[in-house]
Amino acid sequence: MSFLQIQGVTKKFGTQHALNDVDVTIEKGELVCILGPSGCGKTTLLRVIAGLTSADSGRIVIDGRDVTHLPPAKRDFGIVFQSYALFPNMTVLGNVLFALKQKGGRIRDEMEQRAIEVLRMVDLFDHRTKYPRQLSGGQQQRTALSRAIAIEPSFLLLDEPLSALDAKVRTKLRTEIRAIQKQLGVTTVMVTHDQDEALTMADRVIVMNNAVVEQTGTPREIYDSPASAFVAGFIGSMNFLGDDGEDAGERWAIRPENIQTVAHDERWDIHAKVTDVEFKGAITRVHGVTGDDHPVAVDLTSRRARTLDLYEGKVLYLRLPEEHLSAYTGVTADDAASRRSTAAAAVPA
Amino acid sequence: MSAARHPALARAGRWLDRVGRTRLLLLASALALLVTIMVLPMASLFEQAFLDNRGAFVGFDNFVSYLTSAGFRSSLINTVFIATTTTLIAVPLGFFYAFALSRTTIKAKRFFRYIAMLPIFMPTVVHALGLIYLFGRQGIVTRFLGVESVLSGPVGIITALTVWTFPQAFLMFSVALEYAAGRFYEAAESLGVKPLTQLLRITLPEIKYTFINACFVVFTLSFTDFGAPRVVGGNFNVLATDIFNQVIGQFNMGMGAVVGTVLIMPALVSFVVGRLTSSRNSGAMNSRSTALTIRRGPWRDTAFFTLCALVTVFVLGLIAALAVGALSTFYPFDLTFTLSHFDFQVGHGGIAAFTNSVLMATLTAAIGTAFVFVFAYATEKTDGAGPLVRFARLLASIPVALPGMVIGLAFIFFFNDPGNPLGVIHGTVAILVVANVLNFFAVPYITASGALKKLDREFEAVADSLSIPRWKLFFRVTVPMSVPALLEIFMYYFVSAMVTISAMVFLSTPQFPIAAVAITHMEEAGNLSGAAAMSLLILLVNILVRLAYEVAVRLITARTTRKETHAHLDSDLRLGRHGRGLRLHGARGGLRQRLPDARPGADAGGDPSADGDVEAGARGDDAEREAAREPVGAGAR
Repeated sequence: MSFLQIQGVTKKFGTQHALNDVDVTIEKGELVCILGPSGCGKTTLLRVIAGLTSADSGRIVIDGRDVTHLPPAKRDFGIVFQSYALFPNMTVLGNVLFALKQKGGRIRDEMEQRAIEVLRMVDLFDHRTKYPRQLSGGQQQRTALSRAIAIEPSFLLLDEPLSALDAKVRTKLRTEIRAIQKQLGVTTVMVTHDQDEALTMADRVIVMNNAVVEQTGTPREIYDSPASAFVAGFIGSMNFLGDDGEDAGERWAIRPENIQTVAHDERWDIHAKVTDVEFKGAITRVHGVTGDDHPVAVDLTSRRARTLDLYEGKVLYLRLPEEHLSAYTGVTADDAASRRSTAAAAVPA
Repeated sequence: MSAARHPALARAGRWLDRVGRTRLLLLASALALLVTIMVLPMASLFEQAFLDNRGAFVGFDNFVSYLTSAGFRSSLINTVFIATTTTLIAVPLGFFYAFALSRTTIKAKRFFRYIAMLPIFMPTVVHALGLIYLFGRQGIVTRFLGVESVLSGPVGIITALTVWTFPQAFLMFSVALEYAAGRFYEAAESLGVKPLTQLLRITLPEIKYTFINACFVVFTLSFTDFGAPRVVGGNFNVLATDIFNQVIGQFNMGMGAVVGTVLIMPALVSFVVGRLTSSRNSGAMNSRSTALTIRRGPWRDTAFFTLCALVTVFVLGLIAALAVGALSTFYPFDLTFTLSHFDFQVGHGGIAAFTNSVLMATLTAAIGTAFVFVFAYATEKTDGAGPLVRFARLLASIPVALPGMVIGLAFIFFFNDPGNPLGVIHGTVAILVVANVLNFFAVPYITASGALKKLDREFEAVADSLSIPRWKLFFRVTVPMSVPALLEIFMYYFVSAMVTISAMVFLSTPQFPIAAVAITHMEEAGNLSGAAAMSLLILLVNILVRLAYEVAVRLITARTTRKETHAHLDSDLRLGRHGRGLRLHGARGGLRQRLPDARPGADAGGDPSADGDVEAGARGDDAEREAAREPVGAGAR
């Protein structure tokens, strides 16, 4: 049986659904990311799991125990917030000890040993006598993490833990958190709106939109075979070709890196006029318009791009390999999603 | 669980679990306490207004006979005249004084700031007394110039009230001006806008709501003041003295209650307007406003320095006159130095009146601070009990609209009722303390809830996950983090209790005399020197408390800064940020400035329905949090 089961959970704020009949299962020891645009209900889902928000209906089972109506203190989890929520009037060690003292059963020496052990784990031993305000954001976040894991919770909840940090620290901490999580083997649920974070860290990703789960799967599955137009548009970049969204007809989707440029006399599927060339280092993204006026983006290695001698107005002949094409009907979530997502994910359809 | 058998019971049980039994109990008891000391006494006041002297119901007879009496008409006209004139003088004076201190480059700003706060440390009877020493028939100035004194009557009342209310306006304006958005002025400079135009087109609009609020505060304070008219009013009757005469002079309780009802009116209007305007007052200022760099302006600075100097001379002159009165053997005939006036005659309470006052003020401060903080904690940290919390917040903001006279009267009716078991506190220090805790509740409440709001709201969630009990979190984190706010509240309560007189004239008894009332009695008995000596003692102890407060705050700030060696700081959690600019000093007016904080979900994503109910409130919060995290995404919503 799965470690954590969320069964048919619904939560409404006023008339608006934050969670609409959500089912999720999480296995023991895995790191699951809940990913979605703002307002999709992902934070609510985390708070429902924690017991900080109560569900209107549905059941939450943790480790075979129905905890739906249990207060947070009885659910045995550790939590790390975006704001860290470190107690400002206590040192790093004090924060961890304050948590440990509540668990009881340990003698003081043991507690200090445990505290020092976790502080070493997050590499904060040298900073143990400092106050939170003396630490950098990353150090504060690691303190919060050590405080959460010190009590050896049966699962860990991370609420946008890296969002308040700058890009470099964020990347570094991703790896660190993941390493600690693996080392401890603690089941972890992490909420994020950053798809890079989700794709790089998670064993499995739960993509949410509009209060429902759009897709659950490994990062590869989510990226390679998006289950819906929304996921296709939300994760990575995606070209939508064919009918306009408004017609709600079937559309073809292909990722920019899967489109090949070919010579005029080879077999090609569509042609496009170059509108813009975006140099991104190792790769170059070429923006263009197809014959029937659809925008299209193509990712080329920068070396290949150089050999093509690109300029605005040049016509490119493109091949869309069948194995990379997928068809989506109806849902035009990508319009909204593309505007929403931070990563400027989808090419406007 | 047997409760599980009945779904409604089970639901109720789960709700209790979720909200937390203890917190709910806390909120309920805090509410019950406030209802007992505010709502019930007020109810008996209103009831009394409909009864005649024998306790028979007479409908609106009291209102009709009072409102149609010639005495009422003249008192009302007098009171409105006094209040309006005082407002017209004190508000501009407060504004220019505040402007001088925050927008010019004059010297000795800190000195001027303290000078402006001195009048708050004394009861209005003392200002009136000081004026008598300066400008009365035997006044120092009057005698020096050899002119007739015109002090007794409206001139004296208005002058005393101006001295008393000007600091309140000043403090409100300095808070508003301190939050200058420097960018506006930089932009204006770059566009070549002239200084005067900047004042009219940027500064004044910026402080518009503060201006309205300051007018209301000053008007209300002068409308309901009792001390000044009592001492320098002569035959010039105002509503506050009318109540006193009706109740104490003629034992006409019903009539007193009617006048009390009339007395509430301007405060009520200002309360409603305050609530309406405050929601629009929070716009331009935020923590990101850039600091303002003040240009030099020799003419401007000279003018403002002169203004400040004149105010200083007046305030210090007033205090010096009191000192002359208190320290000379028999002013104005024998000016030899003596301390004999400090051996107060027992008839007016003696030195006991002073020690009683200090005791009462200390108790008020201690009990009031604890009560306010627990009340604010209960309203800020009880999630999931929306209607109850909103009710509590509404109740908490009402005391600001209750004049001390009205509270005193209501307390007489309520606690003096032989059928009321709580009547035991009548005639003891307890009733005075309770009256003061209530009278000055609103401003500390805003301070306390503001301080609590600044704490990370995930503390509770983290504590829950770590099985740290809420009470432990409260004592180990919440209270220590709120020490500056607690000190501020303590100081505010202490000073207010030392100088208040309006509620006290009804509640203090010969068995427990207090200083502010004793001053009035001594003054009436012609013992001006004794009154002046007592006044100096009040001033002195208030200055000492204020100094102790400043030292304590400085120590805390110093300790906090010492800890800050690294540069990466989470500014929200920084203690040192606290009080700056938000300190109360003694300004009731600060309240309205900060009312936006007190409104539930006022800034929850601009959705007006967001503070409509719990669920919506929560949604607003969620949305806000999510939006804050996803800066790009937020734009498309």
